[in-house]
Amino acid sequence: MSSNSNDEKIILEAKALEAWFGDFQAVKGINVHYFEKTINAIIGPSGCGKSTYLRCLNRIHEEIEGTKVMGEVLLEGKNIYDKSIDVVDVRKRIGMVFQKPNPFPTLSILENVVIGLRLQGINKRSTLLEIAESCLKKAALWEEVKDKLHSQGTSLSGGQQQRLCIARALAINPPVLLMDEPTSALDPIATAKIEELMNEIKRDYTVIIVTHNMQQAARISDYTSFFVYGKMVEHGLSSDIFTNPKEKQTEDYISGRFG
Amino acid sequence: MLKLKSKSQDALLFYILRLISILVIGLLLLIIYILFKSALPSIVRNGLSFILKSDWNPVEEQFGALPFIFGTLVTSVIALVLATPISIFIALFMCEYLPKSISRIVSLLVEMVAAIPSIVFGLWGIFYLAPFVKETLAPLLKNYFGYLPFFQGPSFGIGILTASLILAIMIVPTISSISRSIFELIPQHQKEAAYAMGSTKYEMVKLAIITPSISGISSAVVLGLGRALGETMAVTMLIGNSPSITKSIFAPAATMASVMANEYTDANTPMHIASLCYIALLLFIITFLSNLIAKTIVKKLSKT
Amino acid sequence: MNYRTIRNIKNQFFMMTVIMSAVLVLLPLFLIIKFVFTQGMSSLNFSFFTEIPKPVGESGGGMKHAIFGTMYVVFLGALLAVPIGITCGVYLSEFRKSKLSKTLKLTIDLMSGIPSIVIGIFAYLVVVIPMKSFSALAGGVALSIIMLPIIIKTSEEILKLVPDHLREAGLALGLPRWKVILFIIVKGNLSNLLTGIILAISRASGETAPLLFTAFGNMYMSYEFNKPMATLPVQIYTYAISPFKDWQRQAWAGAFVLMILILSMNLFARYVFLKIKDKKGN
Repeated sequence: MSSNSNDEKIILEAKALEAWFGDFQAVKGINVHYFEKTINAIIGPSGCGKSTYLRCLNRIHEEIEGTKVMGEVLLEGKNIYDKSIDVVDVRKRIGMVFQKPNPFPTLSILENVVIGLRLQGINKRSTLLEIAESCLKKAALWEEVKDKLHSQGTSLSGGQQQRLCIARALAINPPVLLMDEPTSALDPIATAKIEELMNEIKRDYTVIIVTHNMQQAARISDYTSFFVYGKMVEHGLSSDIFTNPKEKQTEDYISGRFG
Repeated sequence: MLKLKSKSQDALLFYILRLISILVIGLLLLIIYILFKSALPSIVRNGLSFILKSDWNPVEEQFGALPFIFGTLVTSVIALVLATPISIFIALFMCEYLPKSISRIVSLLVEMVAAIPSIVFGLWGIFYLAPFVKETLAPLLKNYFGYLPFFQGPSFGIGILTASLILAIMIVPTISSISRSIFELIPQHQKEAAYAMGSTKYEMVKLAIITPSISGISSAVVLGLGRALGETMAVTMLIGNSPSITKSIFAPAATMASVMANEYTDANTPMHIASLCYIALLLFIITFLSNLIAKTIVKKLSKT
Repeated sequence: MNYRTIRNIKNQFFMMTVIMSAVLVLLPLFLIIKFVFTQGMSSLNFSFFTEIPKPVGESGGGMKHAIFGTMYVVFLGALLAVPIGITCGVYLSEFRKSKLSKTLKLTIDLMSGIPSIVIGIFAYLVVVIPMKSFSALAGGVALSIIMLPIIIKTSEEILKLVPDHLREAGLALGLPRWKVILFIIVKGNLSNLLTGIILAISRASGETAPLLFTAFGNMYMSYEFNKPMATLPVQIYTYAISPFKDWQRQAWAGAFVLMILILSMNLFARYVFLKIKDKKGN
């Protein structure tokens, strides 16, 4: 298969996806598909259900007590909510980076990157080192940490920690990477670095990113969805959404009149 | 090898966790069952009047627990009367009068009192507190309150008063640390509201801190009582261990815990052993109930 | 004007009372520490750590056997209490709202309130009677029941402080929950859990009442788990109530060693806990 980014193959698809917290419905009937090796942004006012939606895509939403999900999410055509599917395998194929950098506090930088592999039973040191190096390079962190791989992950700066978390997610080599406002806790310079690396990893991975920052969505994404009150108002090429939105609500939001 | 789905692997771990937790609950039930079973011969023979009979004479097979219940209650109540106000005051001192950094040190010191082993309290009590009571405190009390029956008779140093004093020292940390955590829950704006009315600090403390904390303080006191009722070594070493009921607080007495510590290894008739287990069961029930009461107060408190 | 003065006097008086009560609480602490240290130090010598007791009348001797015995019995207790305690702590922190959690919490609250002498009698009934002998093992069982609620409570508190996003980070890596719990949450907090264990050990090391008719006591060195064994607290008790001056001096020396042991463990554990809480608070 070629790695041409215009190779329009659908990798992930949501069908009539709904999610609840107890009685509160946070996500309402989402239908959308994502193409392989693209960056897809999700924007919308806060509390619009965009994070919850993202957390349904790797089945982490269900880890909170009292929550419920309905509908389907198809990864390469297979429904990840099917009873025969092991949730652990889903998460191995759909990685996630969180809003706040959360490296494991007692582990070193190196251990943080390879912990996922190690706990899956891969213990060969040379393999682990190789993967760690390549992932840290992809996360644009290698040059900064290669001399202190054994110091604690939490000793890094916020931006470095977030890139460490990206490397940690990449280490298990998931075709899809979910990012939940990954730069909202970071300063502009750290943010720029992460945006840069996203452009790099796009060559190998599909990225779905929730962001509250419209400029960021416009800068980095190929496609953008706009969410309001748990519904997807509009989804399309970012160039279209930001210059020529079809819906009035979208236009109001991106021009700053709403939200 | 059988490959389990992750959900089943999780279920296996949860099953183990649940099993061990149930075992611990089972342990508490086992303690109750074993105590009851061992006390049974004495329960059958003496019935509930065991509690009211005042003769304890193992040689003549006479077993009445009243002297020990009396000793336990009297020492605990005196200890509570002494310790409660002091504990509340020191809790206030830490919360309202000291800057945070010094308050931390004071609270650490108070907690250190709780960490001192009971045997060390007992040792210190024998060699220093008892002579102090005999030579200084008892004559002083006799001098001023000698007309009351509680303060009559000779003091040998060892007796109810000395045991109560050591108990009071030992339960202060329990009461004060709980009171403190309750006082800390009071929102700043309520204190400010009291000040805004022109209150002095004393009036503010009374109005905004003590009054709303009454039920919390009472649970602290009940927990302190639980600790005092069950305290063994220090009391055993200081109370004189004589199963008698007297008016004077200078006289020796015995508590439920102290009679167990003293007689259990020497007990050689089945009825003597069963009667000691009966006392253990009673003591268990009393402390159990007092802890349960304290818990219920706390539960009610957290609901409002 | 007059009313105002009365209020001020009341206020001043109250403050004096509060300060006085602080003095009243801390005075015994200082007196006890002072007496134990001065008496203990002067009675302490090298042979205290290297010899076993001499017969009555002969001066000298030490408590080597009891120091060893305390470590032995406490170790046995920890061996029983630590795995069970941490498992229950994990259960409580993972299943906060389940019915079993609530029952378990009530159980450990009530268990920690059981008088230690009653625990001693229980261990006597379930271990000493079937084995037909006082034993170090029986002492260990009794101490484990004392340690259990402390270990459960502290490990629950520590594990509860682990933020949920770390659990999610583990899950998002495609790890099953049991691996996240064991290898990320528990393993990542081992050193903190150890502090809870130290706290429990410091408490158990000072207990006398539960050992009186379990480990019992012994004037000689013993290494056997099924035989009576001397422990520091019980040895101190035996010596303290004896009429011999020499033995009483030994009791003071024992109390000194015991205090140093317990207070240092206790202060260390508390210091670490404060640091953990401070860190999580920020």
